[in-house]
Amino acid sequence: MLSAILFWVLAVAAVVFGGLVFRVDSMARATFCLLISFLAVVGLVLLVGLGYLGVVIALMMVIEMVIMAVFMVMFMMNPAGLMPMSMFHNTRGSAVIAGGTFAVLAAGILLVDWPARGGAAAPDLTFALGEALMGGQMLTMMTLGITLFATIVATVVLATDRGRYDRLGDDLDASTADDPAGGGVGR
Amino acid sequence: MTEPAPVLAALPTWWALVLPVLLLGAVWLVLVFDLVVGARAGGRPVGVGAALVAPLRESARLLVGQRRRTLAADALLWRAGGATLPVAAIGAAAVLPLGMRPLADLSVGVVWFNAMEVFAWAAVWLVGWGANSALSLVGGYRFVAQGLAYELPHMFAIITAALGAQSLRMTDIVDAQQDLWFVAIMPVAFVAYLLSTAAMAFWGPFDAPVARDVAGGAAAELSGVDRLVFAGGRWLLFVVAAAMAVPLFLGGGHGPWLPGWLWVVVKTAVVLAALVWLRHRIPTIRMDRWTEISWIVLMPLTIAQALVVALVVLGQGGI
Repeated sequence: MLSAILFWVLAVAAVVFGGLVFRVDSMARATFCLLISFLAVVGLVLLVGLGYLGVVIALMMVIEMVIMAVFMVMFMMNPAGLMPMSMFHNTRGSAVIAGGTFAVLAAGILLVDWPARGGAAAPDLTFALGEALMGGQMLTMMTLGITLFATIVATVVLATDRGRYDRLGDDLDASTADDPAGGGVGR
Repeated sequence: MTEPAPVLAALPTWWALVLPVLLLGAVWLVLVFDLVVGARAGGRPVGVGAALVAPLRESARLLVGQRRRTLAADALLWRAGGATLPVAAIGAAAVLPLGMRPLADLSVGVVWFNAMEVFAWAAVWLVGWGANSALSLVGGYRFVAQGLAYELPHMFAIITAALGAQSLRMTDIVDAQQDLWFVAIMPVAFVAYLLSTAAMAFWGPFDAPVARDVAGGAAAELSGVDRLVFAGGRWLLFVVAAAMAVPLFLGGGHGPWLPGWLWVVVKTAVVLAALVWLRHRIPTIRMDRWTEISWIVLMPLTIAQALVVALVVLGQGGI
């Protein structure tokens, strides 16, 4: 009973705050609406009994949303909400995609003949998750990790206007780097 | 026929009411100590009696003080940010073993603790943003950069302790230190933890987010009860994060002669005293310097420390 109530409260909160992201006209508010939506999803994951995944999602989403707030404010045209702005683009296309996805998933849930549970949950779910990631799914995770890392490096390379030649000279032989801000380790 | 009472790993539920009071008491004592040390360093020593009253008087003054309003502030985000700070600190304290047992003995205790800590990022950024004031925004952004730089060494230090105990559960980590405190086999992680704790609670030499060069930074526009909640939340976070060093690295309640809870009190007092001393010994250092030290020095050191501990655990026939 309690878990049913919790499920509905969290599910509604996740959808409502997800929707609010597109209604508020301040990038800060949009970001933190998204965070609340994610935290509601965390509640749902915890409700399923996946303690580690739930808490880790909370940890990562808080960090990610704070960083996202910085980038949203930096790049969006109306960071402070001083002028009304629209968060929508490609309205019709996205409505078709979203509606179609929802219809397919909902039809799947209703039409699939759900099997009865065969196995039992592992005694320690966190341990089982770790074993899966470091065992059977190792290749998947390594591919994912390398892809993400390559993306980060490529993005930084594309975004930065200063490379090592700017820092250390054309022959890379300057004794101290020519940096706009000095760091703490005296490179 | 009565069953023998099971040995519970967690404290009874009514401790949920005691815990915030205990933490506030600890904050009060640390404030008094900080005041005495600071006044002596400043050449104008205060008596212990006056120091004991000072935090209470300041709290009362803030409680009745007028709340500042700024032009076109985002009041919702501003107040929400301030309120998040103490809530996150008390949430983090839920897995802090007081003696041998925490209030909530979660199987993922250390991850929960870290998740609660990072809510401070969101809180400080929101407080800095909400006021619609340039200097307070600078403070908020400073804390995001500082949090980003110090979260990773912090996380590696915490995970190294969990690795040593082969468990994410706080009580398991304390039990694993029955014979040998983790500080002995992972000293680098311990030092990195203390440094990054100060950074995560924007404390001591890491207080640039609320420093005087930006007129109080994120807290610049706070007054009255808002300042009380923000400052109180920051002190709570500092005390909880410092107290967590005890179960993670200093053996928790383990020790000869004294009962477990008293050992926790003694060890926590020592850690807090060390951090208060650090704050009064080292001036606030510029953000760019600290940030690079974290990325270039602390990060590789903590990774190497985790590797060494992992090899030791494997060598002893761990998982």
